[in-house]
Amino acid sequence: MTAEMLTTILIAMLGGAIRVSTPFLFVALGETLTEKSGRINLGLEGNLVLGAMVAYAVSYHTGSPWLGVLAAGGSGLMLGVMHGVICSLPRVNDIAVGLAMMSFGIGVAFFFGKPYIQPSAPRLEAWPVGGWSDNPALRQALDINPLFFIGIAVAVFLWWGLANTRTGLILRMTGDSEPAARAMGVDPIRVRVLATAAGGFLAGVGGAFLSLSYPGSWNEGLSSGQGLMAVALVIFARWNPLRCIAAALLFGAAGAIGPALQSVGISQGYYFFNAAPYILTLFIMIASARLAAGQDAPGELSITK
Amino acid sequence: MQPASTSAMPVVTLGSTGWRPVAEQVAIPVGALVVATLLFSVVLLVLGKNPVQYFALVWQGGFGTSFSLQNSLQRAAPLVLTGLAFAIPAAIGLTMISAEGALVLGGFAAAAVAIPLVTGAAPVGVTLVVMAVVAMVVGGAWTAIAGWLRHTRGVNETISTLLLTYIAIAIMNFFVEGLLRDPGSANKPSTMPIGKDYMVGAIPGTSVHWGFVAGLVLAVGLFVLMRRTTFGFAARVTGGNPRAALAQGLPVGGLVVACCLISGACGGLAGFYEVAAIQGQANASLVAGYGFTGILVSFLARHNPLVIVPVAVLFGAIEASGGLIQRRMDMPDATALVLQGIIFVVLLASDTLQGRLAIFQPKGDGK
Amino acid sequence: MTTRNFSRRGMLKAGAAGLAAAALPMGWARPARAAGEVVLGAVYVGPRDDFGWNQGHAVAMEILKTVPGVTVIEEENVAETDAVSKSMESMINLDGANLILGTSFGYFDPFMIDLATKYPDVQFRHAAPLWSADKHPMNLGGYFSYLNQAHYVNGVAAGLSSATGKIGFVAAKPIPTVLSNINSVLLGARSVNPAATVQVIFTGEWSMPVREAEAANALVDAGCDVLTCHVDGPKVVIETAEGRGIKSCGHNTSQAALAPKGFITGAEYKWATIYALYADLLGKGEPLPNVVIGGYDNDMVGNTAYGAGATPEAIAAADAAIAGLKAKKPIYVGPLKDNAGNVVLDKTFDNYDPVLDGMGFLLEGVIGSIT
Repeated sequence: MTAEMLTTILIAMLGGAIRVSTPFLFVALGETLTEKSGRINLGLEGNLVLGAMVAYAVSYHTGSPWLGVLAAGGSGLMLGVMHGVICSLPRVNDIAVGLAMMSFGIGVAFFFGKPYIQPSAPRLEAWPVGGWSDNPALRQALDINPLFFIGIAVAVFLWWGLANTRTGLILRMTGDSEPAARAMGVDPIRVRVLATAAGGFLAGVGGAFLSLSYPGSWNEGLSSGQGLMAVALVIFARWNPLRCIAAALLFGAAGAIGPALQSVGISQGYYFFNAAPYILTLFIMIASARLAAGQDAPGELSITK
Repeated sequence: MQPASTSAMPVVTLGSTGWRPVAEQVAIPVGALVVATLLFSVVLLVLGKNPVQYFALVWQGGFGTSFSLQNSLQRAAPLVLTGLAFAIPAAIGLTMISAEGALVLGGFAAAAVAIPLVTGAAPVGVTLVVMAVVAMVVGGAWTAIAGWLRHTRGVNETISTLLLTYIAIAIMNFFVEGLLRDPGSANKPSTMPIGKDYMVGAIPGTSVHWGFVAGLVLAVGLFVLMRRTTFGFAARVTGGNPRAALAQGLPVGGLVVACCLISGACGGLAGFYEVAAIQGQANASLVAGYGFTGILVSFLARHNPLVIVPVAVLFGAIEASGGLIQRRMDMPDATALVLQGIIFVVLLASDTLQGRLAIFQPKGDGK
Repeated sequence: MTTRNFSRRGMLKAGAAGLAAAALPMGWARPARAAGEVVLGAVYVGPRDDFGWNQGHAVAMEILKTVPGVTVIEEENVAETDAVSKSMESMINLDGANLILGTSFGYFDPFMIDLATKYPDVQFRHAAPLWSADKHPMNLGGYFSYLNQAHYVNGVAAGLSSATGKIGFVAAKPIPTVLSNINSVLLGARSVNPAATVQVIFTGEWSMPVREAEAANALVDAGCDVLTCHVDGPKVVIETAEGRGIKSCGHNTSQAALAPKGFITGAEYKWATIYALYADLLGKGEPLPNVVIGGYDNDMVGNTAYGAGATPEAIAAADAAIAGLKAKKPIYVGPLKDNAGNVVLDKTFDNYDPVLDGMGFLLEGVIGSIT
């Protein structure tokens, strides 16, 4: 492999990390928030797909992609509230309801999304951060969507807020020990419904990125399971918003490896290059796993036992 | 004291006393189905469609004729097996998204091992048994990787199984489009067809393949294993409280790996039937989402192997009738997804009523 | 009072109507079908409005709905598993279908072959050139448009509209139909610019928009200044090309509106030609032919009207190429080598030669590999 090929691949990975990571980041942050409260919402794939459709439709009708982003968040919020309220009933299993909500959200998105597959909606404008470079590939890689920066800001804010604010403390306490939260006079159910609703909102915004920025189009195959993967990445990121950024960037960068290798002429075994994000994540998990990993997990979470 | 969510559900055991607990187990889900039906009817009315016609078509397409019933049973066949693949590890407290990968790799391995056997004109019975065994072993071994990683390195099994599923699909695609591609499979890369003579037929008098019977037998067998044997008891104790299980000296690691092997074998067997009864070869059509649907089937059945069968048939019926509804009512395929979503959410929410309706409580119980 | 009464009566009426509607099809088994009447069942592998393959068929199918005595019933999102056998059988058993059109490649073997044997009174037609009289039942058949002819025209127009001579191709899977389209783009481009190359990236999936966008970007970064594709929904590739300020050629249906600045032309199926032929024969009560295949010479493929990206020379050369194809001028003029240097086509082949249907190579000038 020549130095030139290596540069091409690295630039593609940088671009991929920035372009592809945002939906993973939003969904993972939403799920982190929900899981910190002691609930799992496995259905964020539904929020992502519904958010993508709603964002595209609203942007198409109003001409304002940012209104689309808000509406996508709103649709995600509604699914989140549904999940939160239903799982507040005693003996109802949150993982299972999440899977059912996924089917519901995707179904609604497909049902109402039919008329928006063909038209072109106004998309979110990217910021040309790489204007200083004279390498066109690098310039392109650094055309960054504002939602990417918003996602980073939300992650940093969540990381700070969870550790340093009263709300963060209440959230963590509800997630770690329901009796302790009750002893403090906190209503765990209210906290969890709010956390699931907020998580749903973020996942919906992630969907808006898919349809309004990258790849920037609405159709039924748009997500290909990214929401499900992002929920799993939360465990990988050990419920830490900053590690969510790293996980999302890694996943995006690894996803660019397959096409980039083919573009420099290395194409044998492209199925494995295309599976790079999954293989890489698995190896990192095995390498970094320790039996104590569960200690980072909220104590009330049923997935971590 | 926090019980593991996946194993804490109330369970009908054969030894339950009296009719009330059993009636509760039947009446609440049926009531939930009625509520879901009414909810969806409102949706249909808003869309200007006739709910009575809709549900009449669900009945006609899912159960109403002998053809429809067989259609539902055939579609249920893989879901029984993938449902079991989720339910068994769930008993020990594992959330495994592994059935899809086990199905794909197991089916692929079955098709691959059939190539020399079919080419060498081996006896049909021997070939099919070898294919089935290989599918189950490969599915089991693939799934056991996640169990082993969980036990030895503490790698979360939910995420590792999801990752392994994508990797399994890549492996299958790599071989099917490369080394093991049949030259005759021009535009749909596939392994060599095993040929009509080597395929698993239908149950006599029906068009339902034997995979459904295999699912029934396994469901009963696994029910007995999990509820009536020391192994099952130990697994459920571990699922309820792994620390206590370790303290009692239970071989937790062995139990975890054993449950994963059983799960993977069920998934692999589903893959075997997809190859030997449906496709006749391995190709990308093996990736049909049965593994993922099986998770929901298992949850709705509360991970009870016996209940998985009727739940899978309900799924099969909704899918079977979905086409009829598209044709007769001119509604998009997504309608069935919405209906499924509503039914499942309401069914799962109805769990909250378990043990809380006075009529179903044994007399003298203060609840 | 009045309102309440009215609404209750209204509801009763609706209920009764519903019951009547539900009771109607209760002659369960096979609904009566008048003699000579045709119930046509069409089955699609994806949603009917995917802006691609399935939509192309579904739109063309409208022609058949206008024929008196023909009822069209349709089912979408039917996977290439036993779901397709069951859907088709359900059409036959519950709706009395006597003509089935299966529009996805993987429906044929084993599903439609088995069904044709099981239901000898029902006619089956499948959208691929797979049927052969000596191997398959006579109530089965195939129809197919050779889109590679329109991709050849894409190549001609792209070769003269590109500044760098580097054309990028985002492809789903390395199967003969896709390889033929890639090779035809190359041969078209080389016919007007002998130095032209086609660089291909396989995504491995028929529909995976994010990877398609990544592949499109990687091709632009590699220096390509025209993009085309063969995936289920070309929208993402065309929009990415337009967004990066380069030119594009479409696939499947018209994507001209998506790229007002850079669109050159696009390869389009004309299923309507085949379905109109079927409609005509059905209207006259005549049997359908087992095989209908064609390309430019019988109006079964076409090219999208030229867009702003096409240069005047490109338009002239493309029009000439179309005229040649209508006169059955061959695309694969041998001998031709693959991109490893082996002679893979030793002579010139007719555009419909079955040898080409099994194509398993990329020609010299294509950058990429099929494994």
